[in-house]
Amino acid sequence: MDELIRLTAADTAAKIATGEVSAVEVAQAHLDRIDAVDGALHAFLHVDADGAIAAAKAVDAKRAAGEALSPLAGVPLAMKDVVVTKDLPTTCGSKILQGWRPPYDATITRRIKDAGVVMLGKTNMDEFAMGSSTENSAYGPTHNPWDLSRIPGGSSGGSSAAVAGFEAPLAIGTDTGGSIRQPAAVTGIVGHKPTYGAVSRYGLIAFSSSLDQAGPFGRTVLDTALLHEVIAGHDPCDSTSIPQPVAPVVAAAREGARSDLSGVRVGVVRELSGPGYQSGVLASFDAAVQTLRSLGAEVVEVSCPHFEYALAAYYLIAPSECSSNLARFDAVRYGLRVGDDGVNSLEDVMSLTREAGFGPEVKRRIIIGTYALSSGYYDAYYGQAQKVRTLIVRDFTAAFEQADVLVSPTSPFVAFGIGERVADPMAMYVNDLCTLPASLAGTPAISVPCGLSEGLPVGLQIMAPALADDRCYRVAAAFEAAVPALTPPELS
Amino acid sequence: MPDSTDSANAPSAGRIGPDDVAHLAHLARLAVTDEELHTFAGQLDVILGAVARVGEVAAADIPPTSHAVPMTNVFRADEVRPSLPRDAVLAGAPAVEDDKFRVPRILSEEA
Repeated sequence: MDELIRLTAADTAAKIATGEVSAVEVAQAHLDRIDAVDGALHAFLHVDADGAIAAAKAVDAKRAAGEALSPLAGVPLAMKDVVVTKDLPTTCGSKILQGWRPPYDATITRRIKDAGVVMLGKTNMDEFAMGSSTENSAYGPTHNPWDLSRIPGGSSGGSSAAVAGFEAPLAIGTDTGGSIRQPAAVTGIVGHKPTYGAVSRYGLIAFSSSLDQAGPFGRTVLDTALLHEVIAGHDPCDSTSIPQPVAPVVAAAREGARSDLSGVRVGVVRELSGPGYQSGVLASFDAAVQTLRSLGAEVVEVSCPHFEYALAAYYLIAPSECSSNLARFDAVRYGLRVGDDGVNSLEDVMSLTREAGFGPEVKRRIIIGTYALSSGYYDAYYGQAQKVRTLIVRDFTAAFEQADVLVSPTSPFVAFGIGERVADPMAMYVNDLCTLPASLAGTPAISVPCGLSEGLPVGLQIMAPALADDRCYRVAAAFEAAVPALTPPELS
Repeated sequence: MPDSTDSANAPSAGRIGPDDVAHLAHLARLAVTDEELHTFAGQLDVILGAVARVGEVAAADIPPTSHAVPMTNVFRADEVRPSLPRDAVLAGAPAVEDDKFRVPRILSEEA
């Protein structure tokens, strides 16, 4: 049933709703695809075939009983392993949680189940979402469907590879510094980081609490919007959840697809291009700006002078918050315990467990964070980084007075080779150069495919003011309708 | 959090040696191998050198932003409600005894 795996989520839901296909057939087609190609991709850490078929049967039974189905009922989804799923393994890509089965569902897990979306399994990721390539997973890297020797982006690389490789039409990712947008860009799909607080973080294993944000992946802008509306909305279980209605992103995606961009002012951010960016990426980006202009958008150049400090601020704030959040992995309540021989003290067992359970990137960041928060350095590092964040927020505010949305390349590079940058943390960190400002400011941003360079996908990033997620979708949908779709080569 | 004596032991800015990494790792309750101490020392030096740029722009009169979205305390009614079942919570623990988490000894022999 190869054609079933190539349908959009919207078309799949429509065919299930009319009875043209059953949800079980759709789920089985995707499980077969996973069987056929995941050996090469390694997008999944855990496949829940029984759970998926059971969820699909429930949708089919509901339809047979004449009950109304929600807009994505019966559509398969791949869930990033940072999201807790009751009774299903959740490892966060780490050895320290190997075999752990959470006793509760995250809010987004519950919303997905309630919407009849069929969860196929849990996807690979950089350990504790720390990384830009999915090479930091304790369970081995994920491969890019466009070229198996290359990275699928990170940290949500399992989710992006699953969608790009037709293992699932939809996936959930989380974005702390760009971990939805950057993998979407390098695998040629759509990924949206919602406004901070628009999607509940309850049940997401925390990395950097002031930045972490879950969001949707899809192969089209409309599919991504449909999933956005399933997972977004206020959640009393998350004190940072915004008690406001969800932006009408599905309506915006539909409107964007059928209209031009007359009256829309698009700001090109001067600081997010130039030296350090691959020439093929810049060429694709320039062509994308021309397309926006041809759609009727007014294009202006804007300057955000503090964006160049975003990388430095991010790599202080995120490790600082991670060093605090990961203190909960103490070998007492869940996960691994090493060295409990009756002689070692609790403190020794804690240290030995964390040594054995965490990989190098996690340890590196815990140590940086411990340093940045330590007495005597807090003001110089963490405190200063929080001030830079204020300056970046002000840059955005000024830029959004001149433009309705801002655009940039999503990543300075196309997907690089697995293993190429592992030994050089700073070379790895610059992957997120373009995505970090919106992370620090909490503003929404989407990545939509905008062409190929060296035969590999390039992403266009579209940023909007806080709570105006619908603007990202509207502009992205208009752009998507105007450019040819990208399809990765066949996987054997 | 490190106590006040830690600042005396803390590494000097810009030069992170293996001893400094060992001290920080101890504060973070993280055992590290000798090889890791040397690898991390070199990498942390480079990373901290790069991120120290935050000091260049943020003047004293700039207020810090801890969350991009304004945050207020969220309260709920103080009502007794069922929590997760004890068995479900203990199921993920590395060691359990008498319906409780079992922990390694906390006090050393001398204490």
